Amino acid sequence: MSNIKDRAQLISEVAKRMNKNVYDDARTIKTISHKSELPKEVSKVVTLEEAIRGTGLKDGMTISFHHHFRGGDKVVNMVVAKLAEMGFKNLHLAASSLQDVHAPLIEHIKNGVITEISTSGMRGELATEVSHGLMDKPVVFRSHGGRGSAIATGDLHIDVAFLGASSCDPAGNSCGYSRSENAKSICGSLGYALPDAQYADKVVILTDDLVAYPNTPNSISERNVDYVVVVDSVGDSSKIASGAIRDTKNPRDILLAKQAAKVIINSGYFKDGFSIQTGSGGASLAAVKYIRESMIQQGIKASFALGGITAHMVKLHEEGLIERLIDVQSFDKVAAESIKTDPMHKEVTANEYASADEPGSATHFLDIVILSALEVDTNFNVNVLVGSDGIIRGAIGGHPDTAADSALSIIVCPLLRGRIPCVVDNVTTLITPGSTVDVVVTEYGIAVNPRRPELAERLKAAGLNIVDIHALKDRAKSIIGEAAELPFGDKVVGVVMNRDGSVMDVIKNIVD
Amino acid sequence: MEIKNASAGTFESGDIFIQIAPSTTSGVTIDLDSTVAFQFGEQIKRVIADTLQELNVTGVEVKATDKGALDCTIRARVTAAAVRATGVDVWK
Repeated sequence: MSNIKDRAQLISEVAKRMNKNVYDDARTIKTISHKSELPKEVSKVVTLEEAIRGTGLKDGMTISFHHHFRGGDKVVNMVVAKLAEMGFKNLHLAASSLQDVHAPLIEHIKNGVITEISTSGMRGELATEVSHGLMDKPVVFRSHGGRGSAIATGDLHIDVAFLGASSCDPAGNSCGYSRSENAKSICGSLGYALPDAQYADKVVILTDDLVAYPNTPNSISERNVDYVVVVDSVGDSSKIASGAIRDTKNPRDILLAKQAAKVIINSGYFKDGFSIQTGSGGASLAAVKYIRESMIQQGIKASFALGGITAHMVKLHEEGLIERLIDVQSFDKVAAESIKTDPMHKEVTANEYASADEPGSATHFLDIVILSALEVDTNFNVNVLVGSDGIIRGAIGGHPDTAADSALSIIVCPLLRGRIPCVVDNVTTLITPGSTVDVVVTEYGIAVNPRRPELAERLKAAGLNIVDIHALKDRAKSIIGEAAELPFGDKVVGVVMNRDGSVMDVIKNIVD
Repeated sequence: MEIKNASAGTFESGDIFIQIAPSTTSGVTIDLDSTVAFQFGEQIKRVIADTLQELNVTGVEVKATDKGALDCTIRARVTAAAVRATGVDVWK
């Protein structure tokens, strides 16, 4: 008895109970034009100004950016200049990090366009000005994992994300590289942009290569994108390997790298299937070169390398020594090209990389991390953000995330940089707590955290020069003398958040 | 003692560039520009002054541009500049 007309009464009753409409076939309209024309019709491509208006951005809101182009970034300055021109005020700029190239922000801060900043780090003129009290509100510094968590929990709510991408189609599918002939830029992984793309209320993609639909495989999906803006350039890819990332020829860095490699090889964690990450800084990057030989000799392969992926890591992966690469940020062009072509080279979000509150985040599976430091103190606390002159000059990055979650964290730093001691009584600013730091490698000896006596024994047995960290601090002091107190003022210019969302330290202003 | 304009050192990181010039006054004046001035400015000036005193050099203006040099480097650069300024070889 039952055709759909017979059931009409029932359908209507059920719809009413469910508080839904009854399907109306007359309203269905099929588009039958060739689908190659569709991207033009449903395009999200607009001008930057139209995109800003369309997002509904208002004074006092939070805008966000990623730093995958590092020193070559052009998006932050371009967008903030446009926002200033359009008359916006009191904006909160939440970048994954800021570089020397962002000095133009100083004027926008003075003019009241930007009144709040959250970032992982800061360098150059902007950092110097902020350290001298440029802003009324303190800059909030978070680790990369901490930022991912803060965005996911709503601690850091983003109203509008402006994300640079090296390719994007008219629907918004985008990535940090391009497969087209017109590719202008490449940054590789967009890991630090992905939480923004997922959680921001509105997302604007800026691209210098608008490609045909479908731009697959993509890292940001059209479903998270509201507007697409085509610009001349999103970034200068040749400047990715700048700032903290360089391939060292410095003989002291090479000595430190070799020592770090010996620590790894004799640590007890150097066995088949281990996992490893290297931070920025010449010596920690170079250490990879020196464990390669031992991996070949002992027939040891790594299951994955994590983090900022470098050309060294790519090489080991291509040689079959590292099975998989997990890449939140491509540290050079070789890594950026590799993520484009190699399915075993996986892009991850900042959250998947290093969130403290995600038990499955990659840092939890990390055996060994090699990190650099501006200062280490006798309690093994590390500072990577504020220089010994009290001026902000670095970035937290994934330092505290990886130190906390890895089985073995190794800090590599020289005893002195010029006249600046790297092993001190107390760090200028606490970034990575000593409870998470295991080994400190200097050219004057290797200090092992007293919490890890078994590790000290293994390294001693291997003939390494294990010293008390107090002896390193005294040695530095005997060469350089006693440093005078820094002229700190009473204003708080920076707040350092722990990755769990608690406040860990504050940075005071410097008075000249 | 006749003082000529003289210099020693470089602007490299870890070095100090010392310029010595005759002064109209009898003492030693030191103009220091240092990347570590906050922490070590006074100590660097003291090392420069002590080194010149040991060499019996007075009546000079010293301009020092420091890039984080250690005391041994500062003494060596000041000594070299003083030898060039005075023509008195202290190493023989």
